[in-house]
Formats: sequence, structure tokens, C-alpha cells
Amino acid sequence: MIVDIGIIALKAFLVLFMVLNLAGVLGWIERKGSALMQDRIGANRASILGFAGMGLINTLVADPIKFLTKEDFIPPRGDKFLHTLAPCMALFPALVTFAVIPFGDTLQIGERVINLQVANLNIGILYVFAMGSLGVYGIVIGAWASNNKFSLLGGVRGSAQMISYEVAMGLSVIGILMVYGTLELQEIARGQGTLIREFLPESWRFLKSAIGWLPAWGIFLQPLAFLLFFTAAVAETKRVPFDLPEGESEIVAGYHVEYSGGKFLMFFAGEFAEIVTAAALMTTLFFGGWQVPYLLRDGFHFPWGASWLLPHLAVVLLQVGAFAVKVVFFCWLQILLRWSVPRFRYDQVMRLGWKMLLPLALFNVIVTALVIVAVQ
Amino acid sequence: MDHPYFPLLVLFAIAGVVVVALLTLAQSIGPKSISPVKADPFESGNPPRGDARIRFSVRFYLVAMLFLIFDLEVVFLYPWAILFRRLGWFGVIEMGIFLALLLIGFIYVWKKGALEWD
Repeated sequence: MIVDIGIIALKAFLVLFMVLNLAGVLGWIERKGSALMQDRIGANRASILGFAGMGLINTLVADPIKFLTKEDFIPPRGDKFLHTLAPCMALFPALVTFAVIPFGDTLQIGERVINLQVANLNIGILYVFAMGSLGVYGIVIGAWASNNKFSLLGGVRGSAQMISYEVAMGLSVIGILMVYGTLELQEIARGQGTLIREFLPESWRFLKSAIGWLPAWGIFLQPLAFLLFFTAAVAETKRVPFDLPEGESEIVAGYHVEYSGGKFLMFFAGEFAEIVTAAALMTTLFFGGWQVPYLLRDGFHFPWGASWLLPHLAVVLLQVGAFAVKVVFFCWLQILLRWSVPRFRYDQVMRLGWKMLLPLALFNVIVTALVIVAVQ
Repeated sequence: MDHPYFPLLVLFAIAGVVVVALLTLAQSIGPKSISPVKADPFESGNPPRGDARIRFSVRFYLVAMLFLIFDLEVVFLYPWAILFRRLGWFGVIEMGIFLALLLIGFIYVWKKGALEWD
């Protein structure tokens, strides 16, 4: 009883701890990575006893302290309550979205079986979308309460962009749901543990031998859906090339112009937490989640017949490690993207969302439906 | 304890503590000094002209309306997608009719220029 609650609390704490820390490290990767790409030095001044750790001290220790010791500015002509509420509304959903994402299969210690996931809800991905779309409120409320024309523009742009891409995002996932037949993310991750040949009918012998040895990951079964989901997810996190709501060179900082110090830090942390969650979702839906190719519960079983048995703990560690590596990779990819491409114009953002992603996502749903029925 | 949403409650509590702690720190540590110039809205250094409660383009409202329609239709697709394998051809035809209606609406919206932005 007490142990159960302890395990639940530990898992919840661990997930929050990892998300927030990964968010901090991403800030470091962003600053140092952009410096590398632009042939600059980047953050390197702050150090503890002479140790600067390639700027790690700067972003992980000095930055938060500086943020928190700066003046907390509330625009006197704005709405004080809403101005304070907005950063909470931006950070909180970003932190709790991770709850349904599995970071491993079950871990067995003695009699106890621990599901490596904070909450195993049967609505799974619907919870992710429900929480993800709450983030819009933080932006709109903050933008309006600041009593600033630039922030209002940023807020309006942000809300329109986020709801537009939410439609495409919701539609792109439907193909995955049809293939694996469940909303639960843990079940989707388990479904990706088999090989593609399980999904192909007996008569398709050529395809079976050609690609049947691939793991049944979402990326192989739903490649178009992945492209759509990735684009929509980047647009949802409001980062380059979709950073119109912030648009430094157009509207200064968009919806958080009038935020300083700790509250700006909250918006900032919320954005990076969203990147981590988006990366984890891409991993879980399209790249097997915690699956390592050919690694089953008792060890590796390769399609050519060889097998290599491993103890339970090693398997679990490999799976959690694989999940972490994939998530970090997708975080890195999103940051790389930010420093590689220029910003869209607003009409281009809207055209891409409504006239490209939406019809393509519908097309993907129809094609997936026809193929599944034909195969059955 | 065994309720599937109980862990969510625990996570919400911890996340709530994090958020409130950050907010309290942000509001209590820093210095406070407000001056008339600082109180002005920051609009790239130009003196602010007029109120910030301005009218904005009606297109944003249009996007919100379109979002409501299309997102609701997407929600209808979710239960269908889950049961798809059991429904077979029946599901394909039923949802085909639904998607055809949706597509007609989409083409209408497109042709009317509601998706144009210039």
C-alpha cells in the first residue's frame, strides 16, 4: 500500500525531474549548438572554481539564478491576475503531458510488476492532445493581459497557428491508431515490438522477404504520417520555422514581450518541456518507443534465427536507454532545425497547415483504411 | 489507489508545487522599482500610441471557426480508427460517406477563399 504510493510518487517525480533537466540541457545545446553553427564561441564565462564545463555552468546554474533575481515586471496598465496566471498556464500542461508516455516496458522486482509509465490511461493519446492544447491559453492570456500591441499580435498569431496545426496533428495520428488498434501509448509501443512480416498477408511473398525483417515501427508503416506529425509538432512548439508568435525581428518577442525574470523563465521552460514531450511522442508513435529492434522480453531474437538471451534487468535497462537515446535525438533534431532554416511568412504558415497538411493527412487516413481492409 | 487516474493526481500535485514555487520565487526575490517610462508598453522604443485593446483581423476569428468544425470531425474519427479492424468494409464505406461530406465542406471553404491569407 505505502510502497505502491511510493512507487507512483517516485515515477511521477522522476519523469518531472528528467523532463525539466532535459529542458535545461536543451537550453545549453541550443546556445552552444547555435554558436557552433554560426562560428561563434557561445556562453563560456560563468564558472564554478574555474570549471565552466563548456558553458554548462552558464546555462544550468547561472541562467536560472539570473532569471530569478531579476525584477518581476507587471505592466501597471495590464491585468495583474491574468499576467501572473499565464506563465503557470504555459508551464503546467507542458509538464504533465508526459504522464502517459511509456519510458519502458514492465519492470519485475520479486513479485511486484512495475509499469514504466506514470499513468496507464485507456484514453492515452487523447490525454496528450487535451493537455497539449491547454498550452494555447497560456499564450493568449499572457498576450492579452500584457496590454501591449506587439504581445497581442503575437498571442493572436500563436493561437491561430496552434489550433490550425492541431487539426493536422490529430488527423496524422489516426493512421497509427488504425494500424495498432489502440489509444494506449504503452500498447502502441508494444505493438511495435513485432516484425513487419506479421502485418503482411501470406500471398505477398516478395514484399515479405524484402522488407519483412524490419521492426514494425510506425515510421515504416506510416511514413507520411510521421512527416505530417513532425511538421505539426514543430509548429505546435512555436519554434523556427514556425516562430511567428515570437518573431523577434518583427514583434520583438511576441506574446512574452512584457515578461521578465522568473515568469519569462517559466515560459522558456514550458517551451523546452514541450520540445521534450514532442520528441517523446514521435519516438513512441513512430520509432518504437522503448523498443530495441529484435529485443524481446528474454533477449535478442534475430530474424535469421540467432538469439542472445539476456537477464531481465539488462533488457529493461536497454529499453529505457533506447527510449532516452531516441528522445534526445529528436530533441536535437528540433534544435538543429531551428538554426538551419529561416522563418515562414504568416500566410505561408497558414497555407501549409490548411492546404497541405490537412488534405495530406486525410489522404493518409483513406489510403491506410483501404490498405488495411485489402490486407485482411 | 488502484484507480488509473490516481498517479495523474500525484503528478499534478508535484507539477503544481513546481509551478507555484517558481512563481513565488519569481515574485519575491527580484528588486522592485517602477518608473513612468518603464511602465510604458515596450513597442520597440516608439512612444505607444493609443490603447493596446485594438481590433485585429477577422481572419483569426475565421480560423477559430474552421478549427472548431474540423477538430470535431477529427474527434469522430478516433473511435472509428480504434474499431476499424473489426468493422471491415462496413467501416470503410460508412466513414467514406462521412469523409466525403467533410471533403465537400473543405472544398467549399477552400473555393470561398476562407483559407487565403493576404
